[in-house]
Amino acid sequence: MNIFSTDHKVIAKQYLSVGLFWAIMGGLTAYMIRWQLAYPDTEVPGWGFVAPDFYNMLVTMHGTIMVFFVAMPILLAAFGNFLIPLMIGAQDMAFPRLNRLSFWVFALASVILLVSFFVPGGAASAGWTGYPPLSAKAEYTGVHWGLNLWLLALALEFASFLMGGVNFLTTAINFRAPGMTFFRLPLVVWMQLTAAVLFMLSVGPLIAGAVMLLMDRVIGTTFFLPEGGGQPLLWQHLFWFFGHPEVYVILLPGLGLVLEILPVFSRKPIFGYRAIIYSTIVAGMLSFVVWAHHQFLSGMDPRLVMPFSITTILISVPFALIVFAMIATLWRGSISFSTPMLFALGTLSIFILGGLTGIFNGSAPVDIYLHDTYFIVAHFHYTLFSATFFAGFAGLYFWFPKMFGRMMSETLGKIHFWLTFIFFNAVFLPMHFVGLGGMMRRIANPMQYAFLQHLQPMNIFITVAAILLLLSQIPFVINFFWSLRAGKRAERNPWQANTLEWTALSPPLHDNFERVPVVYRSPYEYSSPESPEDWLPQDRPPAVAQS
Amino acid sequence: MSRSESLTMTGIPTGKVGMWWFLASEIPVFGGLIASYVVVRLGSGGWSDASSHLNFSLALANTFVLLTSSLTMVLAFAAVEEKKPRRLQANLLLTLLLGLTFLMIKGFEYAGEIGHGFTPGAGIFWSFYYGMTGLHALHVLGGIVVNLVLLVAALRDTLRPNEHRVELAGLYWHFVDIVWIFLFPLLYLT
Amino acid sequence: MSSWFPENVSTFGGDIDSLFYLILYITGAWFILTEGLIVFFLIRYRRRQGSKAAYLPGESLRQASWILVPCVAVLILDLWLDFRGADVWAKIKRQVPPSDLVIQITGKQFNWEIVYPGPDRKFGTEDDLQIDNELHVPVGKVVHVVLKSKDVIHSFFLPHLRLKQDAVPGREIQAWFEATKPGQFEMPCAELCGFGHSGMNGQLIVQPQEEYEKWVQEHWPKK
Repeated sequence: MNIFSTDHKVIAKQYLSVGLFWAIMGGLTAYMIRWQLAYPDTEVPGWGFVAPDFYNMLVTMHGTIMVFFVAMPILLAAFGNFLIPLMIGAQDMAFPRLNRLSFWVFALASVILLVSFFVPGGAASAGWTGYPPLSAKAEYTGVHWGLNLWLLALALEFASFLMGGVNFLTTAINFRAPGMTFFRLPLVVWMQLTAAVLFMLSVGPLIAGAVMLLMDRVIGTTFFLPEGGGQPLLWQHLFWFFGHPEVYVILLPGLGLVLEILPVFSRKPIFGYRAIIYSTIVAGMLSFVVWAHHQFLSGMDPRLVMPFSITTILISVPFALIVFAMIATLWRGSISFSTPMLFALGTLSIFILGGLTGIFNGSAPVDIYLHDTYFIVAHFHYTLFSATFFAGFAGLYFWFPKMFGRMMSETLGKIHFWLTFIFFNAVFLPMHFVGLGGMMRRIANPMQYAFLQHLQPMNIFITVAAILLLLSQIPFVINFFWSLRAGKRAERNPWQANTLEWTALSPPLHDNFERVPVVYRSPYEYSSPESPEDWLPQDRPPAVAQS
Repeated sequence: MSRSESLTMTGIPTGKVGMWWFLASEIPVFGGLIASYVVVRLGSGGWSDASSHLNFSLALANTFVLLTSSLTMVLAFAAVEEKKPRRLQANLLLTLLLGLTFLMIKGFEYAGEIGHGFTPGAGIFWSFYYGMTGLHALHVLGGIVVNLVLLVAALRDTLRPNEHRVELAGLYWHFVDIVWIFLFPLLYLT
Repeated sequence: MSSWFPENVSTFGGDIDSLFYLILYITGAWFILTEGLIVFFLIRYRRRQGSKAAYLPGESLRQASWILVPCVAVLILDLWLDFRGADVWAKIKRQVPPSDLVIQITGKQFNWEIVYPGPDRKFGTEDDLQIDNELHVPVGKVVHVVLKSKDVIHSFFLPHLRLKQDAVPGREIQAWFEATKPGQFEMPCAELCGFGHSGMNGQLIVQPQEEYEKWVQEHWPKK
């Protein structure tokens, strides 16, 4: 693959490749974590014994990898890069060379993270949240360079995505085709733009915090060390001020993919296009004032807790609207169950459960019990896994013909969906009950606690299901690589969809469109009375009235 | 017209849109650091015994240096609009030299403070002092590099058709100046 | 249902548990409604010969009210839950009932260093006694704990008392509980604190009043 190419479609695929590589790494860490939990202090097949500090490293890297090196590269960088110029009718991004640079910086961040596994002391082990003082003084973890490299990798990843954010926003503002007003943009684009704004405005304090933590570790400052007058809680505020918007940075693009796919396979407009956009903006704004719900028990002033509990519970409203809108899109539709549609529906149904468990966690008194238990882990896997993997797969199956010019196998796709859906729920539904039983996060051996021992059969069940979930991805891998080589050649618009990318060749030319498109209408005119067919592309000129 | 200068859907030059978004993302970086400093300092003893060891006159001089360099940057862009290449080169050079002066004075300050035992580990005030001014200095250095690239292009007469980049670099330089306008009173006048 | 949680022996545990169940009923209802509708629509509106989708963009107020009205219901229920929660939160975390029983608990990789003030009820005096990982308290009395840490952030967790509170170095954080029955209960650390986090545990020993007084006598014999 040409690493000097400035074509947004090539860069998108490069991000996709690296993201899929890290997904495998993330899955391997999950396998080892789950084995240790189910069968503590036995040898993990294919690896060996997992020592307690190695376990902490696994848990840390699993989170870091999945959030920053899988979800963001696939949902934002790959899909955003590929789709935004095509969907708005542009030839490429506003700054193609900046785009090129952003991938190199991301690749460098990946290399640094990979290297951190091999330095003496091992990779970071203070949790993906990296709370000081544990993370601020090497002697507390025994990890020296691993944590410094972790901070460096994150800083570079942030720089890469900041470059991407500048590109996405500038492109969507300035390079829309004639007739493509903001309220004719596909929801994929709206979601990507909102995510970009959220990221750009929220990551700054964490960059500051990362610089401060690195300084504490390397040059002896005491930002977070009480013996030098520092405050451990300061890190938490800086981290979560970014950390909370960050989950919506991941979620919104995922939801955007689903919002695009549901109308196509229901042959109906998305229900409430403008309401969805306004809700998204409200959710984005609210996301900046909920962060301390991660810190109810941190020692922060208890008087601050209720305001954050209120904002947290309020943020469920705009997301409820989006969920209701998705359901209303199905109402009175003509629904076909292609693989992309199955994964989109899977995202919706799983996300609903994840969103609902958020209500428990947002209630501060209930959080006294639930905080730092597996109930929280179950919650964020229902929300983030649905957004990243179910929505990500939906998008991959849907846009694969456009990206690679070939069709994927529907049979393998359906097998992949059902196995993933069943085993995902088998892993994470019981996890709620393990959490309600009181099992704490980040412990390596539940059998060390008398009050947890009765939960062990459930832990073993979860582990077995997790291994089966990982194996369930094999049909996808086979399908993906086989279809690249030998899939049926794709036509321009195999799904009969309205958005502009489907007017280009599959795969598109270097400059995307043979002629600059002109846009006449919204993207969701399915089953419109103005069209004899059940779809109506954005760029088809209106019928001339017969005189 | 180059791509990043072309006027498009909104009529706003693309490069400017990009630069504003970039600056919008930089503001929370310094905002986070400054807000942390203010909150932590307000919640503690006050730290004025620590801050009294700072060299107020050097910092005041540096403030004038940086403000003047913003002026020369504006003059550089004016020279672009008036198509006066010599004046452009002169003002870019001045901006560069003033930026380097800032860094030299800052380095001199650091040397003095470390010599007196006020290292980054000397206390929480010093952690913030070195963190904030250090990150700012890195941004000044970045701006100097950008201005150097523009100066070389101006001298070689290869700046066309991208003269608008002087304005964009100016926006960045003004931002760096404004950050200092916040840092100076918060650190030296309290 | 009651077997999901460990046994509750806390005076405020019931408040937390009931709030949990209230949320469960409300979210459960939303779950059944939404997932039920999805399944129903998928069956009812699946593509068949001659089936056509209806053109319903949901942009007019009349159509949009189908999704706006449920959102108002969500909002109202959310706010109700928050008001209920505010009372419980205030009771547990915004006040400490009066008590003459104060114990200092300091987290240190990887133990709870528990310091009893002794009969003079003052810390820093000769009759202070440190017993690692064992918290002895009488049943039915408010116990006031002061949480500290010597190194990293730990989290003091009493699952059977529905109590959790982070212990932060450089801070002294107050918490309280009152046990409703005697017994022995575990006291794990609930915040990642290093390689010994797993296994960092202690025992809360709640004793009936006479047994507790005997224990006090054993450790601080009256001369």
